[in-house]
Amino acid sequence: MEHIRTPKVEQVKLLDRFSNKSVTGTLHLTATHLIFVESNSTSAQEIWILHHHIASVEKLSLTTSGCPLLIQCRNFRLVHFVIPRERDCHDIYSSLLRLLRPVSYDELYAFSYNPKQNDQQREEGWQLIDLAAEFERMGVPCDQWQLTDVNREYKTYPRDLYVPITASKPIIIGSSKFRSKGRFPVLTYFYQEKKAAVCRCSQPLSGFSARCLEDEHMLQAISKANHNSRYIYVMDTRPKLNALANRAAGKGYENEDNYPNIRFQFVGIENIHVMRGSLQKLLEVMGTRSLSMTDYLVGLENSGWLRHIKAIMDAAIFLAKAVTDEGASVLVHCSDGWDRTAQVCALGSLLLDPYYRTIKGFMVLIEKDWISFGHKFADRCDQLDPDPKEVSPIFTQFLECVWQLTEQFPQAFEFSEWFLIQIHEHVHSCQFGNFLGNSQRQREDLQLKERTYSLWAHLLSEKQNYLNPVYSPSFAESHPVLEPSTQAYHFKFWRNMYHQYDRSMHPRQSILKHVLTLKESNRELEGTVQALKTVSSPQEFAPDTSKRAQSPSPTSVSYPGSVWRGGQGRCSGQYWQRTDCRG
Amino acid sequence: MEFAELIKTPRVDGVDLHRPFMPTVEGTLCLTGHHLILSSRQDNTEELWLLHANIDSIEKRFVGSLGTIIVKCKDLRVIQLDIPGMEECLNIASSIEALSTLDSVSLMYPFFYRPLFEVIEDGWQLFVPEEAFKDLESMTDEWRLSEVNKDFSVCPSYPSLLTVPKDIDDESLCKAASFRHGGRFPVLSYYHKKNGMVMMRAAQPLTGTNGRRCKEDEKLINATLCAGKRGYIIDTRTIAVAQQAKARGGGFEQEANYPQWRRIHKAIERSNVLQDSLIKLVEACNDQSHSMDRWLSKLEASNWQSKVKEILTTACLAAQCIDREGASVLVHGTEGTDSTLQVTSLAQIILDPACRTIRGFEVLIEREWLQAGHPFQQRCAQSAYSNGKPRSEAPVFLLFLDCVWQILRQFPCSFQFNENLLIMFFEHAYASQFGTFLGNCVAERVKLQLSQKTVSLWSWVNRPQELERFLNPLYEPNNLVIWPSVAPQSLLLWEGVFLRWNRSTKCLDEACQEMVHIIEYNKELQNKVNSLRRQLAQLETEESPLQTP
Repeated sequence: MEHIRTPKVEQVKLLDRFSNKSVTGTLHLTATHLIFVESNSTSAQEIWILHHHIASVEKLSLTTSGCPLLIQCRNFRLVHFVIPRERDCHDIYSSLLRLLRPVSYDELYAFSYNPKQNDQQREEGWQLIDLAAEFERMGVPCDQWQLTDVNREYKTYPRDLYVPITASKPIIIGSSKFRSKGRFPVLTYFYQEKKAAVCRCSQPLSGFSARCLEDEHMLQAISKANHNSRYIYVMDTRPKLNALANRAAGKGYENEDNYPNIRFQFVGIENIHVMRGSLQKLLEVMGTRSLSMTDYLVGLENSGWLRHIKAIMDAAIFLAKAVTDEGASVLVHCSDGWDRTAQVCALGSLLLDPYYRTIKGFMVLIEKDWISFGHKFADRCDQLDPDPKEVSPIFTQFLECVWQLTEQFPQAFEFSEWFLIQIHEHVHSCQFGNFLGNSQRQREDLQLKERTYSLWAHLLSEKQNYLNPVYSPSFAESHPVLEPSTQAYHFKFWRNMYHQYDRSMHPRQSILKHVLTLKESNRELEGTVQALKTVSSPQEFAPDTSKRAQSPSPTSVSYPGSVWRGGQGRCSGQYWQRTDCRG
Repeated sequence: MEFAELIKTPRVDGVDLHRPFMPTVEGTLCLTGHHLILSSRQDNTEELWLLHANIDSIEKRFVGSLGTIIVKCKDLRVIQLDIPGMEECLNIASSIEALSTLDSVSLMYPFFYRPLFEVIEDGWQLFVPEEAFKDLESMTDEWRLSEVNKDFSVCPSYPSLLTVPKDIDDESLCKAASFRHGGRFPVLSYYHKKNGMVMMRAAQPLTGTNGRRCKEDEKLINATLCAGKRGYIIDTRTIAVAQQAKARGGGFEQEANYPQWRRIHKAIERSNVLQDSLIKLVEACNDQSHSMDRWLSKLEASNWQSKVKEILTTACLAAQCIDREGASVLVHGTEGTDSTLQVTSLAQIILDPACRTIRGFEVLIEREWLQAGHPFQQRCAQSAYSNGKPRSEAPVFLLFLDCVWQILRQFPCSFQFNENLLIMFFEHAYASQFGTFLGNCVAERVKLQLSQKTVSLWSWVNRPQELERFLNPLYEPNNLVIWPSVAPQSLLLWEGVFLRWNRSTKCLDEACQEMVHIIEYNKELQNKVNSLRRQLAQLETEESPLQTP
């Protein structure tokens, strides 16, 4: 609290990002949030901005109406305040600067957030996702794959790892010495039907000519574990040029001459720096006021964003095809094996296995391929004392790829896009412990399970908000493997993510919400029908469903950023823009 | 009938039909005067019946004696026919070419089509100006129905009955007509019940280079203003284009002569480049390269989405002037038959909930497009695959439908109809068994005796069996003005038309069915609950006499 110089400023104007409208209200600064409360209005809106969500604060030059303060958030919210007195503005500004740069993990919201649960509830929350059970679900361990304890002193990998039966400890250790950051090939998904494995690792330290017999044996072991195919695919998810450049630094990629039974393939996903730049360009274009259609489409193209999304999807489709069509195992890597590799393995598994398209399964997938395998959430999402060069929207891209799939397969997913958006929100909120830190090891050191709460329990408790009303479990039976089209026109700009707070851009009526409400109402009516039948003919045997009739009416569902109005949208000055001449 | 002369080979066996996302069909190809028919002569397989009028262009290819004809349709479908025998293939190709480009309207299919259904309600009577005027009369007495154009001599492209300000006599109307392009003097397009403001439409005034003026024209439009109020003139052309029009005798309303009007110029009238835009868009959609950059740059280069945005913006502006500013509006471009109608009809969809019902929308098309003289026959003679230089073809109506679709997407619960209705209107505007979209104006339709010799599209659509396909299950009547967002992020490519033949919609269709199922199940449950409640109430009243002594 010592950082807060001015806890409250009145008569603050909030300007709309895309029109000339503004509302007046009071700004409050608390230890965790910046809050704007609109005054003089019947439907006084409140805006709560978590400090962790703030990416940047900018004080613009003084105007006649006051001092403008521009706040950009990681969840793509952009707010523009005008504060009457410059001193107040400066106080808020400098307080925020300090507040949004926590210097230690202890300062993160997760460590003070208290949802009024007891220790037992908290523990249960953390026990929701059990990765050992997940591998069991896939059929591992089995006669070809086993758990290894080689990683007891683990660093960036989780403690429990699955390797081929034939990979002995010396082979594993030898292989790990030949891989960047020691990340040797391990199992991440097992496709039981064809006994094909999806494995992941980091790049080999091959340089121009180095080789490592243990590593070669390791790949051989992976290959031998699958009798359906004589070869395995090695997918280097980087563009060839990047992989070549890495050779000069003693790293690189597998030489097919040394690994006799591999099919090597580059898939050309760009690195974290390109992705960061791409998102920046995208947001810049989308933030332009009175954007023309031409500038929009040209900007979308020049940002390269959708091209990158498509590249990730293409790679995942390649993986899924190799596994299902050829029954081959696949080994995926990039440089360190925690960014592109996570994207491709997770998305590939999602295409292969309908379980990951359920709410619970999707949590498991994120827990496995992202959290446990050490995607560096703290660095990528800028949680703590950041290095701007480490920040990158890698996980956001994964969520977007999933969204693109939900557009092509509306009945395949148990969840709606609001589930994805909510996960994105909390990856950056630091309100729950799940995404804190860079690796499982670090999370254990922070004692997150003892000191913070799990996001998954929270999301499950409000599951009804995230359901996809047209989800059909039988779709999974007819389409166990998703085969999306990769035609460019199937990839669309995800407005509800990147403009989730820009209400004026959304459809004024939401089909999703409408149908979800109806579905909820159907459940309730079914109960009422049963109850009425029981009452009107009490002698008749009726199943005990009368309780459902008394169940409370569906809780009103609120969607972040979604607008549900009876009909009238807002009529703003937007139609006057771009007028050539006014007579 | 001389069709037989054009058909050298009426029948070929062993023809393969290839269509995207459908299995190949082998069968017999037949040519009739109006149709290309492919039948496999087996049960359970559908036949292809294609109107020659729907064929935009064809391409021939030969490999050995096997000929291939690629048929490109006006509804944007592309099909391939593999025909054994070079001579047969050439004959078929030349017949298709001849039959799909017949010049004479009276040889068109609608004149030969006999409906297999009983016409319950004659669609030619869907919109009766006298009745519409009665409605208007119940709200205001400031307008009258003029017969000045009874014989289409004052304005050939207008209908015979027109709604004009009460205080303006027919003589003044004639003078105003001589001052407007094509005689299209200002007439009432829409009366906004809520505040009594009106929207009128016209063609450009013929001011010419020397600034000609016409007192009657000024009086005519001033008669629609309330005392002391200003109105807006929305010119669909840029100021530069409007200036240039002066050299050709056209022009725009000078401030000095129309002091009570504020003029706004927009940039939506460029109908000569619209056809090109459609061709480029469809070409982009058919590109199979899978490259993201290529797709986006081609989509941008087609300029189609820009046009959608501009038209919607202009329509919103007109609606805003009427509803928010409380001002009357006059809309015109050059001829007043294209961009003008896009604006006036879209503004009504935004303002008037009646236009969002099926019948209201049909009436809107009848009133603001067909009767208002949009030259459908010229504009829809060719579509996106035309090879020749466009004469007066332009997808003006398709753009309008696209804009309606955009509003429908943003207000999915406010329309009684669904996307299928819009797609069906697009198809029928370009090729149809019905007479509705034949001809360029009312005068031509009267001369062709369409209402006696052909069946109206509305007679077919408004049958309950057909209507079902076009109903929006989410519809909840909404009496408000609906303001769409015109931000580029809010406007989407109309996949239902432009990607219709390029993708499999199985997954989307099934999801849609599931949604319909949820909605219907809800209604069913609600009925059940109500009837059970009634039963219960009945039981209680039957029991109650026993309880009260």
